[in-house]
Amino acid sequence: MIWNPEMECNSRGTIKQLQLERLQETVKRVYENVPFYRKKLDEAGVTPDSIKSLEDLKRIPFTVKNDLRDNYPYGLFASPLKDMVRLHASSGTTGKPIVAGYTKKDLDTWSELIARIVMQAGGCDEDIAQVCFGYGLFTGGFGLHYGLEKVGATVVPSSSGNTEKQLMLMKDFGTTILVSTPSYALYISEVAEEMGIDIKKDLKVKIGMFGGEGTSEEMAKELENRWGILCTENYGLTEVMGPGVAGECEHKCGMHISDDHFIVETINPETGEVLPEGSFGEMVITTITKEGMPVLRYRTKDLTRIIYEPCKCGRTTPRIERIQGRSDDMLIIKGVNVFPSQVESVLVGMQGIAPFFQLVVRKKGFTDDMEVLVELADNSLLEDFSALEQLERDVKHNLKTVLGIETKVRLVEPKSIERTAGKAKKVLDLRNA
Amino acid sequence: MRIKQISVFLENKAGRLALVTGILSDNGISIRALSIADTTNFGILRLIVDAPEKAEKVLGGAGLAVKATDVIAISLPDETGALGGAMKLLDNAGIGVSYMYAYLGKEKENAFIAKVSDFDGAIRALADGGIRVMDSDEVYRA
Repeated sequence: MIWNPEMECNSRGTIKQLQLERLQETVKRVYENVPFYRKKLDEAGVTPDSIKSLEDLKRIPFTVKNDLRDNYPYGLFASPLKDMVRLHASSGTTGKPIVAGYTKKDLDTWSELIARIVMQAGGCDEDIAQVCFGYGLFTGGFGLHYGLEKVGATVVPSSSGNTEKQLMLMKDFGTTILVSTPSYALYISEVAEEMGIDIKKDLKVKIGMFGGEGTSEEMAKELENRWGILCTENYGLTEVMGPGVAGECEHKCGMHISDDHFIVETINPETGEVLPEGSFGEMVITTITKEGMPVLRYRTKDLTRIIYEPCKCGRTTPRIERIQGRSDDMLIIKGVNVFPSQVESVLVGMQGIAPFFQLVVRKKGFTDDMEVLVELADNSLLEDFSALEQLERDVKHNLKTVLGIETKVRLVEPKSIERTAGKAKKVLDLRNA
Repeated sequence: MRIKQISVFLENKAGRLALVTGILSDNGISIRALSIADTTNFGILRLIVDAPEKAEKVLGGAGLAVKATDVIAISLPDETGALGGAMKLLDNAGIGVSYMYAYLGKEKENAFIAKVSDFDGAIRALADGGIRVMDSDEVYRA
């Protein structure tokens, strides 16, 4: 089922016209209400009246993460504080967090967009959805919550953590949709095994809606194998709203973007040049319906491609291809770019090891030294010392094939790598420590 | 004749042996023989204990990677050439030895714990050559 066929299945032309009108309103709104944007637009010689076509979007300067930090907490609000009904914030590990403010209308929009991704994933009003995202400043919990309610699903706001209880509720309540980070879904499956719960037989979960961090294709497959469910990925970021920007449908060929609310471009991350439709580059998002905190041309640092061909599901919205990596997460090891997602794609699904890993990067003299910790999962290998050494060599070899550099591989004891109920910390960079 | 050996995967970091031996002693399990093979990163600790099933359970329960394997205990007189003779018997029978380590019983008898490629074949070959293979009870309760 499609939540909003009028917007999700419309002709590209109609949507583009709508986008233009909404972009014009948004530029006008921030120009009049947000000194930061007025200054930036003035400097670029852009006035609200000068936005005549979508082509003019290019003339608007980018907004970057630091702009949001520098304007902490309320500097980018385009509505008076009395109209703001909710605040969220990113989990910023360094410095001040990034704040997102929502008006009543923004919350309605948000629920509408979540309702769309729920139905894209195959959810409906008969589902029981367990939201294992943290409820709090993180946008995931509340974001999914209200959209699921809007669809009419029965929401179990179990939040994150206390995994054994999560499983008990999942079983007793007959949960059919699991909402979590992919890392947490993996961990839940591990705990289920320890508790003697057969996920595929004892639970009724049929859909996974995963977000909050990227999912490699291999990880998605691993989750499907472990859970026996349709695993869908969805996308969003606090800076532009939270989850709900895009989500996969059952055909899993990219995440459908609600482009009546967001304009998405891809740019060359080095030069900032806008790339032709369908090119691989850094995704840039402009919100065109947000009241409280519109964001113009936000550089997401996510590297991907936008797919414009229509989807088999009937929706005409463009789709975000599986994100190849965040330029933020990228490590430069001995001059070579390495994404944790590449390492994940190698390790997940390999025999003999668990799909949990950690990268430890150190400086040895002037060279970078990357060590990959992987957990031994196959006890039968203990029989044969050489089998364990072979396993280490295989992991090393497979990593070299994909990354192009030598890494150290260290087998560690089962379940010794930290498990998380949220986003996994896959990298420990000690080079500047 | 089949002796249960417990293999434990250990990372090469401080305190791992203390952890394993501590778990065993907390559960009243005695070690009869042990060997460690190691690389720079990890090691495999092989143990003969008086209660192998229980040891497997408590070590596994503590989150360690544990595997039980059948091995044999070859009893040998304390004289030059005894081990060489036993090895020759196995070699003649085409039986390989993956690894081996000493076992010190309380009797005046020496023994070696060995992982062999053909369990029954090894026992037969040794018996035919007049070498005794110890009983599991004998080993556990020594």
